[in-house]
Amino acid sequence: MEKLIEQFSFGLFFWQMLLFIALLLLLRKYAWKPILGAVEKREEGIKDALEAAEAAKKEMQNVTADSEKLLREAKVERDALLKEAREIKESIIAEAKEQAQVEGDKVIKQAQATIEAEKKAAVADIKAQVANLSVEIAEKVIKEELSNKDKQLKLVDDMLGDIKLN
Amino acid sequence: MRNSFFSKKIVAVIFLIAGFVSAQNHEGEEVETGAHDLKTEIKEYIDHHLLDSHDFNLYSYTTDTGEHKYVGFPLPVILWDNGLKVFSSSKLKHGEGVAEVDGSYYKLYHNKIYKTDAEGTINYGGHHGEETHTEDAFGENLVVDDSHPTNEKPLDFSITKNVVFIIAVALLMFLVFRSMAKRYQKSTMPKGLGRFLEPLVLFVRDEIAIPNIGEHKYKRYMSYLLTVFFFVWIINLLGLTPLGVNVTNNIAVTFALAIITYFITTFTGNKNYWKHIFWMPGVPVPMKIILAPIELLGTFIKPFSLMIRLYANITAGHVVLMSIIGLMFIFKNWIGSPLSFLLAFALSLLELLVAALQAYIFTMLSALYFGMAVEEDHH
Repeated sequence: MEKLIEQFSFGLFFWQMLLFIALLLLLRKYAWKPILGAVEKREEGIKDALEAAEAAKKEMQNVTADSEKLLREAKVERDALLKEAREIKESIIAEAKEQAQVEGDKVIKQAQATIEAEKKAAVADIKAQVANLSVEIAEKVIKEELSNKDKQLKLVDDMLGDIKLN
Repeated sequence: MRNSFFSKKIVAVIFLIAGFVSAQNHEGEEVETGAHDLKTEIKEYIDHHLLDSHDFNLYSYTTDTGEHKYVGFPLPVILWDNGLKVFSSSKLKHGEGVAEVDGSYYKLYHNKIYKTDAEGTINYGGHHGEETHTEDAFGENLVVDDSHPTNEKPLDFSITKNVVFIIAVALLMFLVFRSMAKRYQKSTMPKGLGRFLEPLVLFVRDEIAIPNIGEHKYKRYMSYLLTVFFFVWIINLLGLTPLGVNVTNNIAVTFALAIITYFITTFTGNKNYWKHIFWMPGVPVPMKIILAPIELLGTFIKPFSLMIRLYANITAGHVVLMSIIGLMFIFKNWIGSPLSFLLAFALSLLELLVAALQAYIFTMLSALYFGMAVEEDHH
């Protein structure tokens, strides 16, 4: 330690301080700032370029993904449309069938009712005609029968006899 | 820390090998006389290398007449001694002469400048005894460690060898990074040297600053971290060149760097940082009182450890490397020189790593301290 202090040269210290600080200030102004600035600028440029490339790649991926998505959506939509159409078709058919059924039933019922009514009317007509005819026949028969006394009596007897039977 | 441990390990290995080689030496016909002098000379040389110098010497040699010759060039000496005194270091003649400036006399002794009389007398105090004598050349008499010259020491602001290299590195860094910055104005892609330097700049930012300080606050510390990282690294690397310079093994240099880290930490510290120092939250009151001085001391110890770590690692590296190179001159047999060369080569590679590692550690720990200073309250 003593030797070190003994060796210490103030003159050398002075020159070293002076020259080093001068060198430091000069280099800072004329060398380090421009060098570090340029390097930083370049690094910034490289970073920006890389980022831009990355962004473009992402964009590209997005576009591909979008088109794929669109395609998929279109497919789904088409399927849905087809399905819907099928359903509509089926429902229309079913409805038509049902309606036809109902309509047919109605027609049949009406026809039956008409037939029934016609039948009743015809029966009633026949009955009326039969009654008329019976009356006319009876009139003629009676007219014929009643032309002779015997016959009249006999008729009365027969009729009476019929009534008993009934 | 790990490096100094590693260096210690290497030193241990070297001692083992040295023992083996010197055992061989004893068997051989090598004469012991002169070897001691050589060892002393190597030690002196290493000691001298570790110190700063007022001259820029590439190498020195001794002529046949025993005269020291130095190859290099002188540097300006700047003294503050009742006024500014500037003269060339050639006047000091590597400690052998007395420089006369404006009526005052100065002499270089153990790499320090003292004010003397016209004859260049150095007066000793301390445990050196009564004798007063003049010393020529550094370290002729090695038993002067305990003695302190009592001569007046003027304030020495000389442009020493280390200062020259600090200026050189500062200029180099400014030119290189300025041109790199200019290139960026034309295009954001790095070109030329920038291709090599940009990853290092980004390393400091992404591996040192952001993880330690945080994403939002690292920016204002980047200038210091980058400057200190490249400064320490380049100057460490220069220390490994044969120019024989080593700036970062001067405690004054590492002290200057550490004190800047300390000031930045202290002046950018937020409320939370000071709260953790003086009134640690979440502990009982008596503990708070005990912790406050410890934490306060810690703020000084942290930059202090930065200073010592860089200084010690670089010094240790230089000492070990030069010792191994020195072995070559001591073991003048077939095994010594190749071994010394191989070890020195391997160690040089290790030192290259240490040069970068110490710069990284200094920057990393500075960033860690800044991170502590601006950390937000998480409680």
